[in-house]
Amino acid sequence: MSDRVRVSTRKGLFTITRRGGRWDIGAPDFLGDPVTLALDDPRDQTLYAALNLGHFGVKLRRSRDDGKTWDELEAPAYPAQPEGALGAPWKLVQIWSLETGGKDERGTLWAGTIPGGLFRSRDHGQSWHLLRSLWDRPERLEWFGGGYDYPGIHSVAVDPRDPARLTLGISCGGVWVSEDAGETWRVSATGMRATYMPPDQQGNPNTQDPHRVVACPARPETLWSQHHCGIFRSTDAAATWTEITDVAPSSFGFAVAVHPGDPDVAWFVPAIKDERRVPVDARFVVTRTRDGGKRFDVLSAGLPQEPSYDLVYRHGLAVDATGTRLAMGSTTGGLWISEDAGDSWQCVSLNLPPISAVRFAE
Amino acid sequence: MPTVVFTSQLQRHVPSPTCEVAGETVSAALEAVFAEHRALRGYVLDDQGNLRKHVAVFVDGTRVRDRERLSDPVRPDSEIHVLQALTGG
Repeated sequence: MSDRVRVSTRKGLFTITRRGGRWDIGAPDFLGDPVTLALDDPRDQTLYAALNLGHFGVKLRRSRDDGKTWDELEAPAYPAQPEGALGAPWKLVQIWSLETGGKDERGTLWAGTIPGGLFRSRDHGQSWHLLRSLWDRPERLEWFGGGYDYPGIHSVAVDPRDPARLTLGISCGGVWVSEDAGETWRVSATGMRATYMPPDQQGNPNTQDPHRVVACPARPETLWSQHHCGIFRSTDAAATWTEITDVAPSSFGFAVAVHPGDPDVAWFVPAIKDERRVPVDARFVVTRTRDGGKRFDVLSAGLPQEPSYDLVYRHGLAVDATGTRLAMGSTTGGLWISEDAGDSWQCVSLNLPPISAVRFAE
Repeated sequence: MPTVVFTSQLQRHVPSPTCEVAGETVSAALEAVFAEHRALRGYVLDDQGNLRKHVAVFVDGTRVRDRERLSDPVRPDSEIHVLQALTGG
């Protein structure tokens, strides 16, 4: 069970630690700077933080002593843009996903970015290479931004059994799969639907907006997606997706967390769809299914009882390796922990900066 | 030689001392600085070598016009200020 959570916020990186039954908020790293993601690499006890400085661009920092000192790494960078190249400018806008490679691939990291490039490092983040196998696909020019000016890769699921098998979630570019460590790719979002597209395009897998795509670590062929237009699940390694309907109070949201050992268990944070994006009836709740999406529990014990307008972004909900502890951070700076799989929640703070991501340090 | 002065906001992130460097354009002067202070480049220029969207550069009090190639001329006694633009918050 993990006793520490990294909380990436608009104003720095906070580490919260469980001590004597309560969760303490430590002094922030990078106070004042937007931190979009953090990653603890259990293979070599290295901590990474992705920053997005308002003026000076995207930065990547690494600590080998648990945050006492930080090194600056070269952030992923796009190659020279050819004259007349169509689509988004070849400029890094944000590191939108940061994941470790396989357990035997020490030093291998994956970074998904806005404007839609996937980068790999094989040297602990020291250098990064854009995977042209995906970037040069003509389908990329059909992608478009979801909440940002340009499309982005926010989910990189590395199969723990076979780390050459990668599944990407792209807003808005569907789900893409590689079975050969990124040499070749195919779009794999059949069954998803996009009501924001013209009628004849709503089933186009390449323009889907899966807000988040998460695989079950013990059964990676099962994936869950909180999509712009609902909740979808795949049990055949993303080959086909099935919509989960009739989810109260709403099937709109951004985040999904999947139980590490049980592919039928997943958590979501619902909101009024699309045009409002606040909790339904101002009641902030978490939904959980334990049977693959047939039924959902609405969980609110310990969450605010007064009207609440918290929204949880795509990386703002996390579950630990045991499947019993969850962390959740909101855009209004609320941070909650559950130690019983979501049945009840304790508030750690309502006064943090806007939270972009939470992640357990395993 | 032109003098390049960086906003003090940068010092928190990366060494960015005031430098006197050779160069007849903003680009040449900045590249001369970056040759000595490599990490500074990515804070001022983006992936394509353009001025970052929310960085402003002034030469002798005038904001540079060519934000892509930074071809604006500088004189031997010019002062180049690299500042954070308030568009970036």
